[in-house]
Amino acid sequence: MKPEEIQKIAETEHDLRMSYKYRINVCCSSGCLPFGAQKLLKAFEDTIKELGLERVCKVARTGCVGTCSVAPVVLIDPGNHLYQNVKPEDAKKIVQEHIINGQVLEEYLYKNEAYFSKQYRLILRNAGKIDPLRIEDYIAVGGYSALAKALTQMTPEQIIYEISLSGLRGRGGAGFSTGQKWNFVAKSTAKPKYIVANLDEGDPGVFANRTLAEADPHAIIEGMTIAAYAVGAEKGFIYIRAEYPLAIQTLKKAIEQAKSYGLLGNNILGSTLNFDIELRLGAGAFVAGEETAILSSIEGLRATPRPRPPYPAVSGLWGKPTLINNVETLANVPLIILNGGTWFSKLGTPKCTGTKCFSLTGKVKNPGLIEVPMGITLKEIVYEIGGGVPDGKKFKAVLVGGPSGGCLPESMLSLPIDYESLTQAGAIMGSGGIVVIDDESCIVDTARFFIDFCMDESCGKCIPCRAGLPKVREILDRIMLGEGKVEDLKVLEELCYLIKDASLCGLGQTAPNPVLTTLNYFKQEYLAHIVEKSCPAKKCILKKVEVVKE
Amino acid sequence: MSERIVKLIIDGKEIFAKPTDTILKAAIDNGIQIPTLCYLEGLTPHGGCRLCVVEVKGNPKLMTSCTTPVSNNMEIITNSPKLIKYRKQIIELLLAERIHTCSVCIANGSCELQELASKFGVDHTNVSRNWERFELDMSHERFVLDHNRCILCTRCIRVCDEIEGVHTLDIKRRGKDSMIIVDLDEPWSASYSCTSCGKCSAVCPVGAIYVKGKPLSETKRKELPKFITERRRR
Repeated sequence: MKPEEIQKIAETEHDLRMSYKYRINVCCSSGCLPFGAQKLLKAFEDTIKELGLERVCKVARTGCVGTCSVAPVVLIDPGNHLYQNVKPEDAKKIVQEHIINGQVLEEYLYKNEAYFSKQYRLILRNAGKIDPLRIEDYIAVGGYSALAKALTQMTPEQIIYEISLSGLRGRGGAGFSTGQKWNFVAKSTAKPKYIVANLDEGDPGVFANRTLAEADPHAIIEGMTIAAYAVGAEKGFIYIRAEYPLAIQTLKKAIEQAKSYGLLGNNILGSTLNFDIELRLGAGAFVAGEETAILSSIEGLRATPRPRPPYPAVSGLWGKPTLINNVETLANVPLIILNGGTWFSKLGTPKCTGTKCFSLTGKVKNPGLIEVPMGITLKEIVYEIGGGVPDGKKFKAVLVGGPSGGCLPESMLSLPIDYESLTQAGAIMGSGGIVVIDDESCIVDTARFFIDFCMDESCGKCIPCRAGLPKVREILDRIMLGEGKVEDLKVLEELCYLIKDASLCGLGQTAPNPVLTTLNYFKQEYLAHIVEKSCPAKKCILKKVEVVKE
Repeated sequence: MSERIVKLIIDGKEIFAKPTDTILKAAIDNGIQIPTLCYLEGLTPHGGCRLCVVEVKGNPKLMTSCTTPVSNNMEIITNSPKLIKYRKQIIELLLAERIHTCSVCIANGSCELQELASKFGVDHTNVSRNWERFELDMSHERFVLDHNRCILCTRCIRVCDEIEGVHTLDIKRRGKDSMIIVDLDEPWSASYSCTSCGKCSAVCPVGAIYVKGKPLSETKRKELPKFITERRRR
């Protein structure tokens, strides 16, 4: 295929799209499927067929719209009318009123303006708008034109320059400069080079990468292919959790389609670039998402992290230079190539550019997948997008960054979201999980839950993480039972600092964050358990221990 | 071309090393002691015990000296109060992780963990100790595998894989449940791949793998991997 042909497909598809007066997008992602999205899709298709509206209205199966709290949802274009909690039996009514009579059905309409007005959908630009199983849909909205531009008009150096200029930083959590990373790999002389796209999203309550893969798989593939051209790689791996069947299916299909269109394989778009992508499924280890453990896992070994240096850019997969990027990072790449690095660098904050996807869950009115510009405050996310705590309960804390994130109190809500501010506050950007906790939850219990998770997922290679986390949990258990002593807090803190500083990989280095931040911001709750033998949230069943006088 | 000799400062002492050296090797060559446990010359460094962590100026993270190569003008501190405290804590955690009762242990007197504990003055643990018992594998005619003493340093796995070349030993499960296994978790006597070479018992720093009926002081040979690899190179 030649670059001009992409343009041609885009035009034909665009014309086809324009020939329909209406387009009904039925969300069929993991958030809506359990609520009967498949049946809903069929109901709409049947209704349209029944009424003979096939040439007027197109029913499309799309990815996530982002409002998972009101699933299943249907988005009708033009006009971006979002209908919530739609049941298959409502299909007829909606088609009759909206498509035939042109009347918007107010009673089904999603009316929460604030949820979308604060968001800036860049990575999720196509989510809910295109059919992820059709490559033509992606091409129609400008897909693969960035790849064509990169291959025909730019040198690898220019691409890396633009990426550096954009200020894009790794969305996997650590926030390393993407341009610099690409540069390191490009400079390595050893051959072959590899690219790994990290889709091993293991954090509980986090579903951003999954949604991206389910809604817009080609954005990942296009980003990877551009990266391959920039760094000189010829083979790519997408490492995905086996627990994401729909995302796997979607990506498999997308890779197949890209291959059949000559967008993967040899001489891509008539250039000299040869690049192929293979899916690798994880075997259930959370730590496999760590930058070096992912390499071991792809090589077929135990997913245990390796000491750095050597960095993967020098010695990665099978000892060869390897570029490892999160899929969210890669999905930004086509946009930067199309619009330029300067454009991207103006989004967000000067040090932390662009947008970030967050999985907003816990005790908020509107949970779901959101994408916000960097620099937005936590308050805006929790209260304006999230709608605050429901059922008249009181806000207590917000956990930012997944299981190894930090618990921040109300006083920290004015904190802007960027890598530095979060780290300073004791939290991390991590995988982008935001869990809101209300006053019904016990802080000690929350910290224990996340320590328990990290303890279970520790690979066991290094001693601080393997032997330290069980001890941290043991102390928290004791405190929750009312058997804690004030001295325990000191031991707990010392243990946490050891695990944080001396562990081998990111899992251990961040695992104590929930304990350290809660000790910092919610010490009185620990003391209430220990001294007063009572749980402020009335969650823990404390043993009344009689004080024995010696 | 990289320079043939790099200059670095370890604990205020100016030393010279080859650019391929690790911090640990440069330190040992210059008489500076850094405690190690999982490291053994002749085997691929593991970087798991974290005892050899050092502070490198300009790097916020602690680096394991057994895996980090030297670079020019590196400034390294190997014995700051913080590092000593962390090492003590690590030894404590190891002692608390499984049943390490020296007085009834076969390795008493020739145990690297015991040596480290006495060197660092660890005479008690601030965390509670585990007393969960694991069954011993005594099925092999010559060797015993005692999980109760194991510190999961993986020296035995590495020597079996890299020096003997059979990879009989490996780890099952993860985290605190990690355990050394023989072949596909079979009794040692049922192993097809084991050559009964005994290298695992020679390098075990504690009393987890040992030869039946012999004092450990006779069977332990820490220098064995180094000796073999050097002979091979010639």
